[in-house]
Amino acid sequence: MRKQNTLSKLATTIVLAGGGLIMTLPFFWLISSSLKAPSKIYVFPPQFIPNPIRWQNYVEVFNAVPVFLYARNTFIITFFATIGTLLSSVLAGYAFARLRFKGRDAIFSVLIATLMLPFVVTMIPIYIMFSKIGWVNTLLPLIVPAFFGEAFFIFLLRQFFRTIPVELEDAARIDGAGRIRILFQIMVPLARPSIVVVAILSALENWNAFMQPLMYLTKRNVWTLALGMNSLQRFETGRDWTHYLMVLGVFMVIPVIITYFIAQRELIEGIVMTGMKT
Amino acid sequence: MTKRPNSRRLSAEETFWGWVLVTPTILGLILFKVGPVLASLALSFTDYDIISPPKWAGTSNFTMLVRDKYWIKSVGVTLNYIFLFIPLSLTIAYGIALLMSQNVRGISIYRTMWYLPSLVPGVASAVVWRWALNPNFGPINYPLKMMGVPAPGWLTDPNWIIPAVVLIQLWALGSGVLIFLAAIKGVPITYYEAAEVDGASTLVKFWNITLPMTSSVIFFQLVITVIGSFQVFGVAYILFSGQTTSDPAGPGNSALFYVLYLYRNAFGYFKNGYASAMAWILFMVVMLLTLILFQLQKKWVFYETAGAD
Repeated sequence: MRKQNTLSKLATTIVLAGGGLIMTLPFFWLISSSLKAPSKIYVFPPQFIPNPIRWQNYVEVFNAVPVFLYARNTFIITFFATIGTLLSSVLAGYAFARLRFKGRDAIFSVLIATLMLPFVVTMIPIYIMFSKIGWVNTLLPLIVPAFFGEAFFIFLLRQFFRTIPVELEDAARIDGAGRIRILFQIMVPLARPSIVVVAILSALENWNAFMQPLMYLTKRNVWTLALGMNSLQRFETGRDWTHYLMVLGVFMVIPVIITYFIAQRELIEGIVMTGMKT
Repeated sequence: MTKRPNSRRLSAEETFWGWVLVTPTILGLILFKVGPVLASLALSFTDYDIISPPKWAGTSNFTMLVRDKYWIKSVGVTLNYIFLFIPLSLTIAYGIALLMSQNVRGISIYRTMWYLPSLVPGVASAVVWRWALNPNFGPINYPLKMMGVPAPGWLTDPNWIIPAVVLIQLWALGSGVLIFLAAIKGVPITYYEAAEVDGASTLVKFWNITLPMTSSVIFFQLVITVIGSFQVFGVAYILFSGQTTSDPAGPGNSALFYVLYLYRNAFGYFKNGYASAMAWILFMVVMLLTLILFQLQKKWVFYETAGAD
């Protein structure tokens, strides 16, 4: 019995570690290619340690590609869209969790139903609306909607607010605190873990976004990092800049990895929460 | 003094703040969900290129679609992908979660390794996989070539394009693993102990305890994966869409996913009515499938709270 146990443990470890290594291989390759000459990237057999190491890729890329501009645009979208999502979702999440008013449950049901709605169904009318008010080729279509709530995050926060004892609120109200004060001074600090989850998930979503930026941002001066990469991998410059493409890839992935390691616990809890909708 | 929340009367103060706090969300629902859904339905009966006003087209968009060989192709590509991706992603994620639940050492490292790829931006992922799947230089064909096995032309052979996209998407299955892992770990240990007293084998325990106890989470993941699988866009666009919208999407349009073709119609050919008709058909199919899944779940999903409430 014991022998079988160690054997199955060994097999488990081999699958988890072996598979895990395969899963992480692309990261190493991304970094290694970002340090190669373009002619050394597509070679056989694959070369994992660059020879020679071209550190200058990380300097030259700034002359070849407007990295700062792309990074700034991506950052602006991510920052403001995340703020908007947090603000609108906290307000609505609290209202749906704690305040009773006529029509609340009906509105909430409609909101939850929209989770099933494929994005492409609303995509064209929203695009037409933004193009009519002249917002194409500005960052606004990627930021403003976030201030109008996102169903999934409202749901997440509502679930969390509901777990906070009502007595805490009642006590504050006896002391004469208004709703807004209760929300921001009592509820928000208590709900901090789930608010962090929403902030991280929303930031990642916006940082990684591709389809919407592609629709709205056709001019180079408003491009995000993802669009810059897309253009490079299509050889739109007419030159083989695969090594710069890889550097941009590293620039895009590093903030994501740092976020993961800083907020690992919250992030994993959040992912688990997203899968347990009951 | 103990007031039950349900017995409280609706207060004017709660009603006031309720509406104030929910106002942005209601506006959002109208502006970005309900309004556009209706507008999209209306557009599907018109021809509209944004520049000139929409022209009534009756049901012609829908009847044209059925005869459009590219539309039929895109349906085929998408269904092909779905039938391959859904079973693979759910079983692999569940399997890995089962292994991770076995209290092996170094679990947090494995969790990181399996989960991190799901956070990688689509463009970066596509760029890396373009190399990994390269028939001549990629590491996936490397061992095959060493062994003298004919290596598949992942990104060039029309028959291998969909498996290639499936592989790329499988790289990001980490969140599914975490969700299944939490579900498996959430099964009360006493159930297993009781079964062990009865001498149940590992397989019996899995089949009679683990699987039913996690079936509601499996069901939920299934629904999410189905809805998501119909909407593949980024990978297909980045890897196969070519320089212009008149280029085929992959050799012989083998990567012409439904949403990619829809996007081309809207933003490449400016056929917004046609694209809206496509969007509505997708919407109907997704809704119908979700309803069917919810009906079928009664047969196989086990809810612990039933009766215990």
